[in-house]
Amino acid sequence: MARPVETKAFTLEEMGYSLFLALLAVACVILAGKAWEPQMAFHAAVGAVFAAIGIFLIIKGYNDRSAQPAQEIGGKPNYNYGPVKFASVASMFWGIAGFLVGVIAASQLAFPALNFDFQWIQFGRLRPLHTSAVIFAFGGNVLLATSFYVVQRTTQARMPGIVTPWFIVLGYNAFIVIAGTGYLLGVTQGQEYAEPEWYADLWLTIVWVVYLLAYLGTLWKRKEAHIYVANWFYLAFIVTVAMLHLGNNVRVPVSVYSYQSVQVFSGVQNAMVQWWYGHNAVGFFLTAAFLGIMYYFVPKRADRPVYSYRLSIIHFWALIFLYIWAGPHHLHYTALPEWASTLGMTFSIMLWMPSWGGMINGLMTLSGAWDKLRTDPVLRMLVVSVAFYGMSTFEGPLMSIKAVNGLSHYTDWTVGHVHSGALGWVGFVSFGALYCLFPWLWNKKSLWSLKLVSWHFWTATIGIVFYICAMWVSGIMQGLMWRAYDKLGFLEYSFIETVAAMHPYYVIRAFGGLLFVIGALIMAYNLYMTVVHGEDAEGATAGSPALAPAE
Amino acid sequence: MSLMEKHAIFEKNSIVLLVGILIMVAIGGLVEIVPLFYLKSTIEKVEGMRPYTPLELAGRNIYVREGCYNCHSQMIRPMRDEIERYGHFSLAAESMYDHPFQWSSKRTGPDLARVGNKYSDKWQVEHLSNPRSVVPDSIMPGYAFLAKTELDTKHLTEMVQTHAFVGVPYTADQIANVAADVKAQANPDDKGVDAMLKRYPKSVARDFDGNAGKLTEMDAMVAYLQVLGTLVDFKLYDDKANLR
Repeated sequence: MARPVETKAFTLEEMGYSLFLALLAVACVILAGKAWEPQMAFHAAVGAVFAAIGIFLIIKGYNDRSAQPAQEIGGKPNYNYGPVKFASVASMFWGIAGFLVGVIAASQLAFPALNFDFQWIQFGRLRPLHTSAVIFAFGGNVLLATSFYVVQRTTQARMPGIVTPWFIVLGYNAFIVIAGTGYLLGVTQGQEYAEPEWYADLWLTIVWVVYLLAYLGTLWKRKEAHIYVANWFYLAFIVTVAMLHLGNNVRVPVSVYSYQSVQVFSGVQNAMVQWWYGHNAVGFFLTAAFLGIMYYFVPKRADRPVYSYRLSIIHFWALIFLYIWAGPHHLHYTALPEWASTLGMTFSIMLWMPSWGGMINGLMTLSGAWDKLRTDPVLRMLVVSVAFYGMSTFEGPLMSIKAVNGLSHYTDWTVGHVHSGALGWVGFVSFGALYCLFPWLWNKKSLWSLKLVSWHFWTATIGIVFYICAMWVSGIMQGLMWRAYDKLGFLEYSFIETVAAMHPYYVIRAFGGLLFVIGALIMAYNLYMTVVHGEDAEGATAGSPALAPAE
Repeated sequence: MSLMEKHAIFEKNSIVLLVGILIMVAIGGLVEIVPLFYLKSTIEKVEGMRPYTPLELAGRNIYVREGCYNCHSQMIRPMRDEIERYGHFSLAAESMYDHPFQWSSKRTGPDLARVGNKYSDKWQVEHLSNPRSVVPDSIMPGYAFLAKTELDTKHLTEMVQTHAFVGVPYTADQIANVAADVKAQANPDDKGVDAMLKRYPKSVARDFDGNAGKLTEMDAMVAYLQVLGTLVDFKLYDDKANLR
């Protein structure tokens, strides 16, 4: 009777976000009205609608909730899984969309009629859509989902905030929509993997700072003395991506009413900053962060501790220190001064060691549990992803050597290298993590069908093999044809002859990509069936308690 | 062993970990990027470089908008086959007014760093509109819509001003005459042609798209392509003086 009734009130956090979104909505409406170009008017209108939806969701959330969410229920942490679920589903959606756009773009190279000479979907606009959709939309949502999950489980604490975790997940996806529609409308900064224009960049900066704070906030609430190794990698990813994003997007808008802006750096300095950014988007977005996934999901799935604690310390610090230097290997033999390109090559070769340190730590975690590879296709997917990681982190240093790069640069070899990493490593480790996450999040005993996982595994693996083999052949062949001389000392091939020679390999590549998409569709079906028809697990929380901290 | 135990400080304190990470990831970038801004040898001394004319700049914006950099490089490497195929290797000075740079990292199509004056305007228009009509094996998309779309010059002055703001040496005279110059360059009969040519040495005024009386995106695009790699006077360029 005397128990005080917890009063429900609009928290400062809810008020702050509502006010911020309200101001944003007003600003967007003004911008939409005064915009110089239809693209800007469209994006400002989208921004206003998104901000309004955000306010609606905050108020709806307030009406639906009883009081402050409990930190613990029955002595166990009350983890916040809502945003994790959203990001998991979003990653599946964006993944299929991004892979599909990739297959279309690949087919355009094989059959140029597929461009339909239509401005919005011609290759030059579709290719950035593909790269951003797979890296930032698919990869980004996988990272949001897994990092939110891992940081909560390994700290045994609920993420702070009511609105904050949702703001990060929904705000990030709003960025994706603005960026993606922009590409099709010709809104681009014209720098690879940094195409979103200034206002999208600003918005991402806000979301990212909140992400960093929420991540740190969860670490501060931890009940373990030590921060688990996966979190080191996620933290390095969040911090470094913030640094790169700010460094490479120093731009002056032509006007606040225009989508166009001008890069502050030019020529050679711009090139160096761009590849410092570009290579570390690979290094931190697609490597360090996904190693965080590896360090949680591989030991968890194999039910084994991480192989070596020392190795994880050494390779973590070595990896993040060396990666940053590797950018100039994208600029060998260009107008970049040779000292910079030599530095880039040297550090790229050294980078081989910490990369393989991570691979060894991941693979050897299976010692004593190798037999599980026969029975558990999810673990097989995770392990093969680490194998692909080892392969592409060997190929990378090889290609960074100037003599090799002289041949490989500008050719499809680079494209093949990127895809062995992207499809094999990033793709498979993400699929493995999602196959683990869905039953855990929706409290199911297991996946709906392990057989379908096997089908996904083989379809995708064969697809990758087709893809990378085709690109190796076409890339090396094109490089050799460009430099071939005939007996009389003339260039043997005109450029267009080398283009024509690529045709069969472009067809094979598109076919390999198609297999990869089919695999992803099998996965989506399996995950859907798991959520809707999977058998419920007993007990309140699925999965075993979090791993012991590294010490 | 004791060293590994010392690592506990990073594991037990998120802010120490955060600062440690920041220091580690800052070093490489600082060492590689900062010197490029003050080492004088980074950009060679050359004769002939000038900022893009308003029409060329508008063309360059279309080049960026359509994502041409996804398939075409603008960076000739100092290798025998590339020099024979494309011309003198590219100098840093040649892209010093390029915000952003468009060196690109892929040659699905040929390098364009010196494509200027290699083909006629008519060929360029034909090729952009229907690539396979002049190069049967080409896999380039068609950009016929460029010839049908009128060039939007409403805010070109602000665009040039912004480029001046970030360091491109546009003069006050050039900025004041953007609207006149963009019209004059695409119309050789225009009264303002002589003034335009004086403001931008080595520029040419032509009806680039072959459609007199209409200023289209094709005019801008072809004007841009035709200036690529033509500005530096290699007769006056001293390779040895610029050895780096």
